[in-house]
Amino acid sequence: MLLIPCPWCGPRDEAEFHYGGQAHVPYPEDPASLSDEEWARYLFFRDNPKGPFAERWSHAAGCRRWFNAVRDTATNEVLAVYRAGEERPATLEPRPVLSAGSGAAAPEGARGTARPAPTHPQLNDNPRGGAGGEATQPFRHPTRGRIHRDTPLTFTFDGTEYQGYRGDTLASALLAGGVIQAGTSIKLGRPRGIFSAGVEEPNAVIQIEEPFPEPMLPATTVELYDGLVASSLPGQGRLATTPDPARYDAVHAHCDLLIVGAGPAGLAAAAAAARSGARVILADDQPEPGGSLLGTAEHLDWVREVTAQLDAAPEVRVLPRTTVFGYYDDNHLLAVERRTNHLGADAPENVSRERVWRIRARRVVLATGAHERSLAFANNDRPGVMLASSARTHVNRHGVLPGRHAVVFTTNDSAYAAALDLASAGLAVTAIVDTRPEPGEWAERARAAGIEVLPGHAVTGTEGGDARLTAVTVAPHGESAGQREFAADLLLVSGGWNPVAHLFSQSGGKLRYDETLGSFVPDTCRQQVEVAGSASGVLDQATVLAQGAAAGARAVEAEGYTPETPRLPEVPAQPRQTPPMHVYVVPGATDGPCFVDLQRDVTVDDLAIATGAGLRSVEHTKRYTTAGTANDQGKTSGVLASGVVAELLGVDISALGTTTFRPPYTPVSFAALAGRDRGALSDPVRTTAIHEWHVAHGALFENVGQWKRPWYYPQDGEDMEAAVLRECAATRESVGFMDASTLGKIDVQGPDAGVFLDRLYTNMMSTLKVGMIRYGVMCRPDGMVFDDGTVIRVAPDRFLVTTTTGNAAAVLDWMEEWLQTEWPELKVHCTSVTEQWATVALVGPKSREVLASLAPQLAVANDDFPFMAWRETTVAGIEARVCRISFSGELAFEINVSPWQGLALWEAVYEAGAPYGITPYGTETMHVLRAEKGYPIIGQDTDGTVTPQDLGMSWVVSKKKPDFIGKRSYARADTSRPDRKHLVGLLPEGPGTFLPEGTHLIAEGVLPTPPVPMLGHVTSSYRSAALGRTFALALIKGGRDRIGERLYAPVGDQLVPVTVASPVLYDPEGARRDG
Amino acid sequence: MADTALTAPLRSPLSHVAGRLAAATHASGGAIRLAELPFLAQLNVRLDAKGAAAEAVGLALDLQLPLQPNTVVRAGELTALWLGPDEWLLVGPPGSERDLESRIREAAGDEPVSVIDVSAQRTTLLVTGPRAHDLLAHGCPLDLHPRVFGSGRCAQTTLGRTQIVLVARDEPRAGFWVLVRSTFAGYLADWLLDAATEYL
Repeated sequence: MLLIPCPWCGPRDEAEFHYGGQAHVPYPEDPASLSDEEWARYLFFRDNPKGPFAERWSHAAGCRRWFNAVRDTATNEVLAVYRAGEERPATLEPRPVLSAGSGAAAPEGARGTARPAPTHPQLNDNPRGGAGGEATQPFRHPTRGRIHRDTPLTFTFDGTEYQGYRGDTLASALLAGGVIQAGTSIKLGRPRGIFSAGVEEPNAVIQIEEPFPEPMLPATTVELYDGLVASSLPGQGRLATTPDPARYDAVHAHCDLLIVGAGPAGLAAAAAAARSGARVILADDQPEPGGSLLGTAEHLDWVREVTAQLDAAPEVRVLPRTTVFGYYDDNHLLAVERRTNHLGADAPENVSRERVWRIRARRVVLATGAHERSLAFANNDRPGVMLASSARTHVNRHGVLPGRHAVVFTTNDSAYAAALDLASAGLAVTAIVDTRPEPGEWAERARAAGIEVLPGHAVTGTEGGDARLTAVTVAPHGESAGQREFAADLLLVSGGWNPVAHLFSQSGGKLRYDETLGSFVPDTCRQQVEVAGSASGVLDQATVLAQGAAAGARAVEAEGYTPETPRLPEVPAQPRQTPPMHVYVVPGATDGPCFVDLQRDVTVDDLAIATGAGLRSVEHTKRYTTAGTANDQGKTSGVLASGVVAELLGVDISALGTTTFRPPYTPVSFAALAGRDRGALSDPVRTTAIHEWHVAHGALFENVGQWKRPWYYPQDGEDMEAAVLRECAATRESVGFMDASTLGKIDVQGPDAGVFLDRLYTNMMSTLKVGMIRYGVMCRPDGMVFDDGTVIRVAPDRFLVTTTTGNAAAVLDWMEEWLQTEWPELKVHCTSVTEQWATVALVGPKSREVLASLAPQLAVANDDFPFMAWRETTVAGIEARVCRISFSGELAFEINVSPWQGLALWEAVYEAGAPYGITPYGTETMHVLRAEKGYPIIGQDTDGTVTPQDLGMSWVVSKKKPDFIGKRSYARADTSRPDRKHLVGLLPEGPGTFLPEGTHLIAEGVLPTPPVPMLGHVTSSYRSAALGRTFALALIKGGRDRIGERLYAPVGDQLVPVTVASPVLYDPEGARRDG
Repeated sequence: MADTALTAPLRSPLSHVAGRLAAATHASGGAIRLAELPFLAQLNVRLDAKGAAAEAVGLALDLQLPLQPNTVVRAGELTALWLGPDEWLLVGPPGSERDLESRIREAAGDEPVSVIDVSAQRTTLLVTGPRAHDLLAHGCPLDLHPRVFGSGRCAQTTLGRTQIVLVARDEPRAGFWVLVRSTFAGYLADWLLDAATEYL
């Protein structure tokens, strides 16, 4: 959603504006002097540059002013706005490209030297109660974790009942119960296990069955609740078949600073900004702040301290369980908050289950962290293969050991910290397999803890059954000889780290390859965004914290607030780092598929087929193999796939890049996106002041734009045909009435009102006398009919224009565009007054009697109150403006009153008409009555390619006026072709034969071989009570010259013979108009 | 029969939902107050802000038309809303529209002004209470923070899927006026009542 600065109202959402095309294309001074080609150039040709482009915009939902904007068509950046009539600004600079991070140095003292890890693996002692559940939860750790051991929960998975605790995820509770296999793969049906502890999960994607069915949720993100029933999936879920009973909503939010991610960097940023007075939103997808610190159980006291500080800051809003999933133009970000999902059946009914946050942020700090990368080795998909840091998270957050005996396979230092922590928690770490020949200080530390380290080695295969891994095969890296086998039920993998650059990339930011990290990191962006912490590629904890604090401080400072220097936790000195090794595919002797994308079952061999077929870009291999297209969007596999393809092509990964990151970051339900815009609130329903009477009298309604208009009023089991024939007959024979309040009404006021309307309408309006009414047609500059309606002259400088029901807003926009951009010298103002009036059309030969009885002061005789005149009077005691106009050919009056009295008028008319059997009628009868008279409906009988002359209405096109919109186009060769389509009547041969609207017409009675020459089509088709037969209106090539001809209409398998007739089929002499 | 309507009371666009608005107000325990303010006099005034008419009209009404975009000026029972650089909405007590119109026309004299009675074009919803901001934020894209949209501010914008004129009332805690086209009022009332469910 762009933020467009209205020159009057300031920045507003793009949705408030209408686009008006290229600016500075003035209406020619003398269109008549232009050649057809020059005129066509004005009508149809516009520039289409890449880069800055001057355009017209209207602040349609705001101040209704037209203005000009220079927009860069390549970046969508609005470079300048200026008022109509002003010159285009000369030089325009785009926003500068900003670095994703500041590179500011971390403060002294907070600086560490190595990877995040506790020097002494520490117990995360659980304060919330004793151990328990050992019998049913054999893998539950006695003390660790942030689970609420005093709140046991029961849940069912694949039909078996299990126990867990509040604070578990479904995945961690399954692990506690000894279940790691949580599904089978989509193509190969291979058993798959819980692979991670977060949103990156590719394997354990499950179906919730109760309380409400929901497909394809990563078990690692489902918070456990009592009574949860879930089942594993074969890679694909099932949609619910019953309507979702939950509520969903949205909130618009604005802030100076949005921080995405409440890990160490995000919390540090928030702490720096919290007490500055700036409006801060901190959004995080977990139930509690802390991010990676919750997984490593470090600095949790600092997390608590900052959280309390944020809770106390009045302008800070912390949004837990909130995933920012989309980053759009002008710092507009969308997030989804899961509000009651975790409560299961206890969710309160009046609270929305999920909420979409539409956040407009002055500045953004992305502290989205990093995802651990996997490695491609043989049979790397067995249940029991897990990301190393995720295993640590399961232990420290959920108090669950994912296995008993682990082998660790790594290319970098970070897995050592995980291994040591897990070992201290009681997991037997048999060996650490490191591809690096000299793993350095971390390896020393592991050996000191009694763990065997195999430098320069790699895992080449796995063994195991369906349920779980049993053994791991290891060999010197790159060799097949010297294999060793380790018994293990867990293989912890770390292939390095990928910064979570999704949102940065969505914002338009560019990524660059980071040689040290072996992955892609945020580089530059045009939006006001900074990336802090491991999302920027920094993994050292002290730097992460310092970067976050600095980014938060810079952001609020730039918005004019004074940040503070937050207290950051002391990070103890770390072992000296050894650079990671960049490995993607692990060569090995063992046969077996090496999976890259687990969720799509894409292997290294599949990618080799793709490159073998000649594909050279990761975008192409993605589409060829589907790698990265599953609902995890390749979070663990994307960079791995790039690395594999680079190896296959023999190029550097930096040259390949990644595939494009698109919203949403994680799947978002349609229900959440729809919010409350569904069911009865999916679109506004407009009703007139008389609506409830129509409802009470059994009307069926027709949607006309957003209006509900009475369609017909069936009585005593009538079908539509019978009801409409009855309504038509009653109106033509006696009197009917209809609610015509929906017609658009525009007050046009000012000394130049007449001149203005002369330019807009094809006919002359300035000569209309006060007290009189004229029908008019408005065309586009290309000469095609745009709208029609009546014009009332209220006073010398005041007119009331009516428009068709569906076109009211468009006509007002149209008037304002010409007035503001082309004719600012005209002293005239246009104002919508559609709702200022309720209108009752009183129609039929007895209408005069009914009106006379209600308006005793009004002289209703034809001479006193002639056709196309209006009078002010009281009708049924209500102040009214009565117009003698007719859309049926019958004597008719339109009575306009305040809508506050509309229902009273309607009821009075109904009562006064009772002696004449007055009949309410709807839009269908109105359509039949007008069609019998050949009156077109703009938008039904026209489609933007029809001139007034095509409609047989040359009489409405002035020959006297020097110019009006559309006039020049009537001199174009195209508009005077003899084979233009004309509006004509059609009479099917059988008086009961009905032609569906849209039916084509052909000349021959035998269907020729295609292509069949088409002469035109049916635009309106009805059964007429007055004619006692069916009839239609149609646009037919050269139609007026074909009157009397026989044509054929293919209807189903039949060719229906029809006769072309004048469009005026009823009362062609107009005898009924005056009663 | 002609006098059946003479005694008929005026019906406002939201008269049929008055009970539901009151019930929601009651159920919210003071968190939110929703009510229609029917039949307010509303005049659309168009004139050259720099011309002689502006000053004359200001004097006649004892109220200076606001020149700052998206602001209101209040004087006595009248409120003038900026709608555009040459357009204002003058809001007064029910029934005062004729008197106001003639005062403006008289004051303007021969200067070109447009005055249009639009009292029935929109109706006014009162949205107040401690959760009024939160309620409107469900569907209004504007920043309604008191620092940004405080007393004296108004805006033409959208709420839910309809256009509105939003006015911050004169005291910070007094909430908002939501002016909505009469034929959209039923939709908007339903929308507000649905959005308010969480606060009830």
